[in-house]
Amino acid sequence: MTKLMVDARSVKKRYGSNEVLQGISLTVEQGEVLCIIGPSGSGKSTFLRCLNHLESINGGRIIVNGELMGYRQVGNVLHEMKPSEIARQRQSIGMVFQRFNLFPHMTALENVIEAPIGVSKVSPAEAKKLGQELLAQVGLAEKADHYPAQLSGGQQQRVAIARALAMKPTLMLFDEPTSALDPELVGDVLDVMKGLAKAGMTMIVVTHEMGFAREVADKVVFIDKGQIVEMGTPKEVLDKPKEARTKAFLNKVL
Amino acid sequence: MADEEFNSDDVVAVPLRHPWRWVFGGVATALLLGFIWSIYSAKSIQHNIVTQFMLDPRILEGMFVTLWVTVVCMFIATVLATILAIMKLSANPLQRWLATGFIEFFRGTPLLLQIVFWGYLGIIFPNLFVGIPFTNIIFFSGQTSQLIPAILAGIIALSLNEAAYSAEIVRAGILAVDSGQVEAAKSLGMSGGYTMRRIVLPQAMRVIIPPMGNEFIGMLKNTSLLQVIAVAELYTQASTISSANLAQIELLIVSGFWYLVMTTVLGFPQRALERKYGRGFAVVGARSEGRAFKVGKR
Repeated sequence: MTKLMVDARSVKKRYGSNEVLQGISLTVEQGEVLCIIGPSGSGKSTFLRCLNHLESINGGRIIVNGELMGYRQVGNVLHEMKPSEIARQRQSIGMVFQRFNLFPHMTALENVIEAPIGVSKVSPAEAKKLGQELLAQVGLAEKADHYPAQLSGGQQQRVAIARALAMKPTLMLFDEPTSALDPELVGDVLDVMKGLAKAGMTMIVVTHEMGFAREVADKVVFIDKGQIVEMGTPKEVLDKPKEARTKAFLNKVL
Repeated sequence: MADEEFNSDDVVAVPLRHPWRWVFGGVATALLLGFIWSIYSAKSIQHNIVTQFMLDPRILEGMFVTLWVTVVCMFIATVLATILAIMKLSANPLQRWLATGFIEFFRGTPLLLQIVFWGYLGIIFPNLFVGIPFTNIIFFSGQTSQLIPAILAGIIALSLNEAAYSAEIVRAGILAVDSGQVEAAKSLGMSGGYTMRRIVLPQAMRVIIPPMGNEFIGMLKNTSLLQVIAVAELYTQASTISSANLAQIELLIVSGFWYLVMTTVLGFPQRALERKYGRGFAVVGARSEGRAFKVGKR
């Protein structure tokens, strides 16, 4: 039996009177790759950030790895979690950002081993070994001692992926990981992500790369105006969309 | 092919001349020499007294006090300032108000007034004691003037005042760090305190150090205000000597010279710190044009 990794139930998010997410429900099984597509401002990035509680939600429930994110439920009452408990929940969820957000004052290797040493209390020697392996996995073994400013965008993003993997996450979130990259650098990052998917990592990817979605995704969901418009296999959603809004969007991006 | 028209590195241009730099430099040099000469040739200044007291033991002792009081005060002030800055950025309104109140109070009253206040604390509260309020239990008590000698009063006054100013510098540094850094740290499961210590503050240091260098120099000079509560620092020593031998100007020159030496020397550790916390950041604003007075030879 497959295990449910993410169970989002009618997730709602408001900024003031602006309803950014109007009840998003979806599930991701262990080892599955879900791609979220949609126009800018549709709420797809916000949804991703809700999954690891970088944003709090106004309605619904998010269950990751069998744990309710950000809250403890006692009977029908939700209690806010302590920051330390939320931090613990986030350790098993890796996140990769559009603008990389590497720590600029640390080398590539230091970026990768900072959280394992400081948060998971792995010994420095062990963390270094793991860090070198991960940098090799993303093809940057020889860049370990470079600072982010000395790396290209694509290299920085691959270091960021290694950094997230160093916490041995069971779920990886990618927030438009290739949108800030020069076109010729996109391929290297996508290759790393494909490798991860092949190795069985559960991934949720907000992306504009339809080619990647078609090739790697088990499931594609199209979100517009804070709602799920269409969800299914890449073939169903990308090749034979049923909804008019999906068709209009795909016509623009393909 | 068109490429063969130019050999590599064939731009051999006559450098642009900057005649006004030479004019300005000449005027500035003349003014400076005139000033030095006017001091040197002034009949009212006895140069032998200047040289006699330059290395006087009392002057050197005063310098030593000035230096260690400066270092101690800046250390206390920096620690307090970091706490105040974090409090002012806290989500807890009580902490924000406390920090804001502290900063407003100590920035809003003259430093000289604060020094005198701490120096004369013994007049307001003749006795100090530590105990449990509304009971007779007293752990510890004593006379204020003995518990807080002048030098401690001076250190308290300078540190608290400096903390208020530095807090805003530290806060500006923290705010200058990209919010994506905190998000990345959070997503890795780092706690708030850990993120502040390992991710935010080291990056904020880059922005904090240059203005803190200013504050350090300001502090070194402000220690001279401790003369009003008779702390034996450099300026106090110099004015004690001059009130005996009536050579006011000569001793001002002596203390002024040493203040200038100390503030200049303080610039070196600042540059080392800037290099340390600048790692990973490309240097912007480095002069690509080279020296100001470039003489074209070609």
